[in-house]
Amino acid sequence: METSRDDFVIAIRSAFLKKGTQQRFSLLSLILFSIIFLILGSLNFKAINYLKIIMNEVVYRSSFIVSGPENFLKDNYRIVQNHINLYEENEINKSELKVLRSKDLLNEFIVSENKKLKNIVDDYLVESDTIFAKVLSDKGSPFLKSIIVNKGSKHKINLGMVAMDGEYLIGKVVQVNYLSSRVLLLSDLNSKIPVTVEPNGTQSILSGTGKDHGVIQYYKKNDIIEDQSIIYTSGTGGLFKAGIPVGILNSNYLNEQNKVEFFSDYSQLKFVKIFSYINNEVK
Amino acid sequence: MTELRNKNFIKKILSQVPLILLFMSVLNNFDFNYLSTKHFSFNFSYILIFYYSLKKSESLGYIYIFIAGLFNDVVIGTPIGLSSLMYLLLCGAGAYLRNITLRPSLVKDCIFFLITILIINSLLFIILNFIFGHQLEYFDQIINILYTFLLYFLFSNLFDFFEKNFLGRTNAG
Repeated sequence: METSRDDFVIAIRSAFLKKGTQQRFSLLSLILFSIIFLILGSLNFKAINYLKIIMNEVVYRSSFIVSGPENFLKDNYRIVQNHINLYEENEINKSELKVLRSKDLLNEFIVSENKKLKNIVDDYLVESDTIFAKVLSDKGSPFLKSIIVNKGSKHKINLGMVAMDGEYLIGKVVQVNYLSSRVLLLSDLNSKIPVTVEPNGTQSILSGTGKDHGVIQYYKKNDIIEDQSIIYTSGTGGLFKAGIPVGILNSNYLNEQNKVEFFSDYSQLKFVKIFSYINNEVK
Repeated sequence: MTELRNKNFIKKILSQVPLILLFMSVLNNFDFNYLSTKHFSFNFSYILIFYYSLKKSESLGYIYIFIAGLFNDVVIGTPIGLSSLMYLLLCGAGAYLRNITLRPSLVKDCIFFLITILIINSLLFIILNFIFGHQLEYFDQIINILYTFLLYFLFSNLFDFFEKNFLGRTNAG
């Protein structure tokens, strides 16, 4: 009994304390080092924060370079696929265009009317200077759905700024380095934004799921949420302007209720618009 | 003479393949750990690190594994030092198994690997969820562990093949 315990201790000691062939550090010292990193990192220790910033810059750029061949293949595959589907898409687009043109005329009138009314109630927010940023890395992980963009504090990017793909909201800036930033996508498990579900005008919260869709939560039990409803930001909290399109409710999607398909495809992002909303008078 | 030098150079490059694979898997956008498929994902880094710390510990230096872990944390956005800790614990488990094994067998290695990744992922879940407040999908983690375990058989044979045929190391298995 004692011998087997001795063997266990010897094996453990040999595994963790002994430096193996061509190993410069013992395993235990490196484990201790990582634990120290973790603890100091969680305590926002200054030296670790500086190290983090330097590492972020180096790793984001290297990741962009290493992903080059794979991105090249992906892009070409997409181009070929687009060409194959071209005719079919063109037919659908033509029919949609007709409908949209007629709607556009009506929209222009409603938008200008809305601007006037919001100015009266002092709720009209305008965009700060827009920064266009290139997506360096869109590595999804089970822990964080985010993208890395090539603009940072040098380009006047601040925490909490809004990221858009065209006219669609995709997320907000959660980490700013000197030359790069991280944008937390709406699909992230920890992302929650106030939204309005139209046409009923139901106020709700759109939560990320960690996958490529979101989910509508925390609305009144009596509220009826119809399939194919459009999800817009509600503007509550002041971070986002009200009425930015986010996605469409698709109950058939994955056969589950209240699933929101985002308008923007987060896996295809190349460039994003970053800005913040400020009050008209402040500007 | 030149031919011999060339051969040595190629062998040197080939002997660095595990290290290159580790850093590629950590830095590349394409991640086996997060494929778009609904119920399929596996942790390639875990398989690579466990295999090489068990069979060829000199191929992957601990310091490189530590750095790869830091890079992984930066890329995927987990608290810095967490992946390094997990990777090094995996190395420890591999080294421990190497010390106690007299007659190596793939099945035993796999079972030990399964137990190790179960413990490591539980630890990861606890640290992320309870200390750092990150939410994790429990079911996704289980799927990930299961496929990582199953694919260890495949990758172990592939790495054995590579070690024996490209580097001429016969004691890899």
